[in-house]
This record gives sequence, C-alpha cells and structure tokens, in this order.
Amino acid sequence: MVESSALIERFGPEIVESTFRDNRRLTVPTGKIFEVLSGLKQDFGFDMLIDITAVDCLDLDDAEHRFSVIYLLRSMSTCERLVVKTFVDLPRPQLPSVYPLWRGADWMEREVFDMFGITFLGHPDLRRILMPDEFTAFPLRKDYPLQGRGERHNFPVITRAES
Amino acid sequence: MAVGLPENVFLTQLDAAANWARSNSLWPMPFATACCGIELMATAASRHDMARFGAEVMRFSPRQCDLLVVAGRVVMKMLPVLQRIWLQMPEPKWCISMGACACTGGVFDTYAVVQGIDRFIPVDMYVPGCPPRPEQLLTAIMDLQQKIRESGSLMGREFKAQTMPNGPPPFDPDELRRLKGLPILPDRGLANSGHQFGGELPIGQYTELPAAGGPAHG
Repeated sequence: MVESSALIERFGPEIVESTFRDNRRLTVPTGKIFEVLSGLKQDFGFDMLIDITAVDCLDLDDAEHRFSVIYLLRSMSTCERLVVKTFVDLPRPQLPSVYPLWRGADWMEREVFDMFGITFLGHPDLRRILMPDEFTAFPLRKDYPLQGRGERHNFPVITRAES
Repeated sequence: MAVGLPENVFLTQLDAAANWARSNSLWPMPFATACCGIELMATAASRHDMARFGAEVMRFSPRQCDLLVVAGRVVMKMLPVLQRIWLQMPEPKWCISMGACACTGGVFDTYAVVQGIDRFIPVDMYVPGCPPRPEQLLTAIMDLQQKIRESGSLMGREFKAQTMPNGPPPFDPDELRRLKGLPILPDRGLANSGHQFGGELPIGQYTELPAAGGPAHG
C-alpha cells in the first residue's frame, strides 16, 4: 500500500488524493502529469496501464475544466489500483503522451484523440482509430449532436441501374 | 402440338426457364454484422433448412453469389465495404435487408449507424423484426423467388433502360451497323422512319434523372 504522505512528498502538494468506494484517486495538475505517471511507474510500482479515457465535463455544475483525462494504473506486484486524473481545456487540449512509459498507451491515446480531440504530444502515430479517416468531428464531445452532422449520409448512392 | 409431346417435356419461354432456375438456386452472400446473423445461421441450419428453397449455398466470396443478405446494422465505416461487395457480385443479383437495423437503422439512431441500407444500395426484400424469426426470412426468400419468377431477372443495364423517364429506347435494327461503323441503309431503320416505336428522340441522346441523394437532415 502506497502511503499518501509518500506521494505528496514525492510529487508536491498540488497532488490531491481522494477516495470513492475503495478507489484511490489522484488529481494532478496538467503540467505535472507525465512526471507523476513516470514517478508512479518507476518508484511506486504501478507498472501496468489499464486504460486511458476521458470525460467531457461540459454542463457539469462543479466542473472547472472542459475535459478530464483519466489514467487507470495497476501494480502487478501488490495488485493495487490507482486512478490518476488531470484536466485539459479548449481550444488546445494537449497532454504529453505516455507512450514512452507504456507501449500499450498507443491505441488508448488514439481512441481518446478520436473521440474527444485531445492531442497527445509525442505520440508516434496519432490518427483516428475507430471513426473513418475522413471524419472531421469528435463524436464523444457533448456539444456534438447524437445523430451527427450528416456524416453518415455522405456516401455515393448505388442504384440498381448502376450496379 | 402438346399432344405429341412425350412425358416430362414442357414447352416454355427461355426467360421463364431461366427465371425458374435462378429463383430456385439463389446463392446467398451473408453480410451478418449483428444478432440477425445468428438468425440467418439458424435459418440455414437443419431445423429451418434453407436448402428446401435452394438457397443453402452460402458463399463467402461475392463473386460467387447472387443474393446479398444484409443481416444487422451497418455503420458508416462499413458502408463502403458493403457497397463494394454489392458491386463485386455478378448480375443478376438481389438483396434482402434483414432486420430493423438494416432496413431503418433500428434503435441505433446515432452518428455512426446508417439509417437503412436502401439509402445506398438497392434492396428487393425487407424483413422486419428485431431479429426476425427464421420463418420470416424464409418468407422473404419465397417472396423473392416469386418476384424473380414474375418480374424476371434484369441486369442493371436493362433496368436502367426500363426506368428511364422517357421509357425504354426504341428498337434499333441498325444497332450492330452503328457499333461496327458500317453505313446505315436508308429507309430501313425504324428509328429513322418516323415509325411509332421511335423517331421522336435520336438514339443515344436520352437524358437521365439525377441520382437521388439521401435526405439532408440527420
């Protein structure tokens, strides 16, 4: 069990720890996210990246930022789990890529980029992973309409006479 | 004349015989993307047995098929694949849209799901249901067989000629001569003589309807 005091001593007092239903959560300033994650991996044994995901906090009452990006970590030796959370804002939602720490972050960051438009600086191949390449919007943003903006109708029609 | 025919010999038209053979040997191309595909498999399996209708030869190459069964929702990233498969199938060919999702998009009215494949490829039979029972698919196959026997099997070129706004182009007895660049004999072609089958419009200058696009909303 990693002590909270050790984390704060290592990463500074900006790190806020909270607990919700046995989940330990660290809220980290955007500028320190790579330092915190690499420190957690190298010094605290959180050597597995489970997932990277994001939340669009538009219209949330108590939200100060537009997006929160969430890293789920796991320690393979102690089976401990940790949720690390940071925030980015429009118009330039950018984060450093954690691909140098975990190779598995490759597709996870591509998915977050595809759905939310958050760019990860230093990612080797940041392109869309789920949506078609010619898709221009970021569909999981909350200001994107559920039924799209006509992208799904933008195909040539094959009639029986042409086929 | 029929009195003189021996047993098991029938007189018919060549078109009718070809349609009879085609309708009883449909080779489906399964395009199963969702739970409708499970029902499609159940229809092909022994209990419902699509082989009773001659449609059991599922081929996974569109080059060998003449019946596209779209079973399940189609997302916009999949639609170019579906269109390509349809274009790869040899003529004559038919399409069954199986299930609510393939017909209308179903409950998946989201940015990624195509709201009915008939917006983008031609469809002959619609099978409602979520998913449809195998009996419903069998009914669609039987209806399609009926349609093939009654309306014939048209190539796209023939279909285009029949559905042009001015009707099919008039019969041109000099077509071969035109194609080969041979001189056209005067007073011979119906199209040149002001006959009732032609003469109003010169051959090969018909205008086509603009391609129908999908609705702009959504």
